[in-house]
Amino acid sequence: MATVTYRQALRDTLRAEMIRDENVFLMGEEIGLFEGSYKITEGLLKEFGPRRVRDTPIAEEGFVGAAIGAAMLGLRPVVELMTINFSLLALDQIVNHAAKIYGMFGGQTSVPVVIRTPGGGGQQLGATHSQNVELFYSFIPGLKVVAPSTPAEASAMLKAAIRDDDPVLFLENLALYNTKGELPAGVEDLEPAQIGRAAVTRPGTDITLIGYSRMARVAAEVAETLAAEGVSAEVVDLRSLRPLDRATIVESVRGTGCAVVAEDDWLTYGIGAEIAATIQEGAFDWLDAPVRRVAMAEVPLPYAKSLESAALPSAESLLTAARDTLRATGRLALETAS
Amino acid sequence: MAETTRSAGTAAPARTSRTRGAKASGRETGRAATPAPGADVPAGSASGSGADAETLIGYYRQMLLIRRFEERAARAYTEAKIGGYCHLNLGEEATVVGLMAALRPTDYLFTNYREHGYAIAKGITPDRVMAELYGRSTGVSKGWGGSMHMFDKEARLLGGYGIVGGQVPLATGAALAVGYKGGDDVVMCQMGDGTAAIGAFHESLNIAGLWDLPAVFVVINNGLGMGTTVENSSAEPELYKRGAAYRMESARVDGTDVVAVRDAAVLAVEKARADSRPYLLETISPRLKGHSVVDPARYRSKEERDALKAADPLARIALDLAERGILSHDARDALDAEVTAEVDAAAAFADGSPAPDVSTLFDYTYATPVPGELRRLPADPVFSS
Repeated sequence: MATVTYRQALRDTLRAEMIRDENVFLMGEEIGLFEGSYKITEGLLKEFGPRRVRDTPIAEEGFVGAAIGAAMLGLRPVVELMTINFSLLALDQIVNHAAKIYGMFGGQTSVPVVIRTPGGGGQQLGATHSQNVELFYSFIPGLKVVAPSTPAEASAMLKAAIRDDDPVLFLENLALYNTKGELPAGVEDLEPAQIGRAAVTRPGTDITLIGYSRMARVAAEVAETLAAEGVSAEVVDLRSLRPLDRATIVESVRGTGCAVVAEDDWLTYGIGAEIAATIQEGAFDWLDAPVRRVAMAEVPLPYAKSLESAALPSAESLLTAARDTLRATGRLALETAS
Repeated sequence: MAETTRSAGTAAPARTSRTRGAKASGRETGRAATPAPGADVPAGSASGSGADAETLIGYYRQMLLIRRFEERAARAYTEAKIGGYCHLNLGEEATVVGLMAALRPTDYLFTNYREHGYAIAKGITPDRVMAELYGRSTGVSKGWGGSMHMFDKEARLLGGYGIVGGQVPLATGAALAVGYKGGDDVVMCQMGDGTAAIGAFHESLNIAGLWDLPAVFVVINNGLGMGTTVENSSAEPELYKRGAAYRMESARVDGTDVVAVRDAAVLAVEKARADSRPYLLETISPRLKGHSVVDPARYRSKEERDALKAADPLARIALDLAERGILSHDARDALDAEVTAEVDAAAAFADGSPAPDVSTLFDYTYATPVPGELRRLPADPVFSS
């Protein structure tokens, strides 16, 4: 077992996949000479050269579209978009083209492209650089959207994404890059993950906490706090936003009877809304309390630290929602719910 | 027979008010704001000066086939056999055939939504093209694409695309892939004049120029983006000049002259293949009808409509072939009958083909299927069991 950062897991996996398959190549802004804005691609230009580690102009629609076109001819491009905010400039290519090409041509050509991109607030980057717009992509049939929360998952999921024949949006979070975790094996030996499967990362009986990416880690932290208070919380890490593993969600909630969904995006029409609706349809008779959602405040994220911190979902906000829910079910006595 | 601009800083021939070539072709649109066929294009060959009789008859036959196919498609549309949008190549046959004549079978083609003729000229049978228009499972895209989204891997038609400019980055990436794999195929990317105003066009030409990609970008300038003239949508209406901004050779050619188009395209394709450099080719190719079947083109004046009749490339080549004794009146009629029968057969094939089975509805969302993928019809529950 090796302990690595999320960043290192991504880098080692990219490297391993490039060695394994000549058709895998990287493109994106500042990934070569600059070695990546977040240093995910550090050392890769030196090792693989400019044919396989390609710096692009700042022209997201053009180079994301070019990656999609290259994928149509059998290459396996892994694109880095500096932040998910910039993916909006490539929205036409991702939504109108990458997602549709397999379907609208009757399955004659697939688009095995991976688009890696970090999102997330908390860095005081202001309104246009702090969004989590994964919902836009999770809404679209034809795309796959994954958001792993740990280094091991990031590695296994990236392998799966690169080997998958469909376009995959691979969502990272700035807050995760320096987090550490154990890899059960060397990165070359890790089995690719199954895209479309959620994971029950902590079993429990009293309440289900559902999250993805950063919020899956926050949920694990909150479950730990609750355990110290005698509450058994089950944590579901969605990992894949499309396809969505409804069966695992519903099964968990049928076991616990209540749930809180934690998401790093806005509430209205957000990922949590879809999870709540799924629970309503699949576990209504098992519910002892309404499903709660913890999400970002519905504002363009402000720059000032005090405002930004208040707007973002946190362990405290999830803990509060979990306690409210537990109180409503009678699993937490009123007096212990501070 | 084309104007060219070879690199940034090289002055392209100035636009003049004189309509060169008008005498030879007898065509003027009557509206100064719209590029006329022949305007600013050196008076060309009468069709055929650079091709033998057999080749010319072959071009004529293909042009005629596309013409009859499109007329048939228009009729089938009014009979509600064809739904959705239907953008025809009427008037652009010389461009379509000339461009495709310049490609090797292994070269790739990306097009916009006006692509029926390209599909046929790239080697797909009229049967399968018509069946696609009819939305049948025997169609070139199995009924999933329709008029705008035809695709055939074998013919290397890598798709018709309905978002203006959407295909340009894709073609750029395909050209990148060709080079990455070490091949020498060329990627041709067809688009309309409206595309030259779109960001994806500029980003793609920049990338292709920067990375030395073997891509030939072809702007089919029919003078109108739907109903808006080039002059009303482009600060530089001589669109081929845009190439200079990306250090890309470029040229403009009379799109009603099949041999001139072929020659210009051959030059472009050869440069792309030999030097792995992109090329921008503009053809002046008026469409005879509206933007789509349902567009009566009321934005055109009577004078323009009259002028368009004279701009018909099919009439042009027919007259030329007759005058030069290559194709007699009788032989032309026989060819027409043969082509019309082929189109009739295509329509019958389409009509007799089955609609796609509803059980296949979920087959083409993902190439690598996964658990959790919804296969739900509107009335089905999202979560069952």
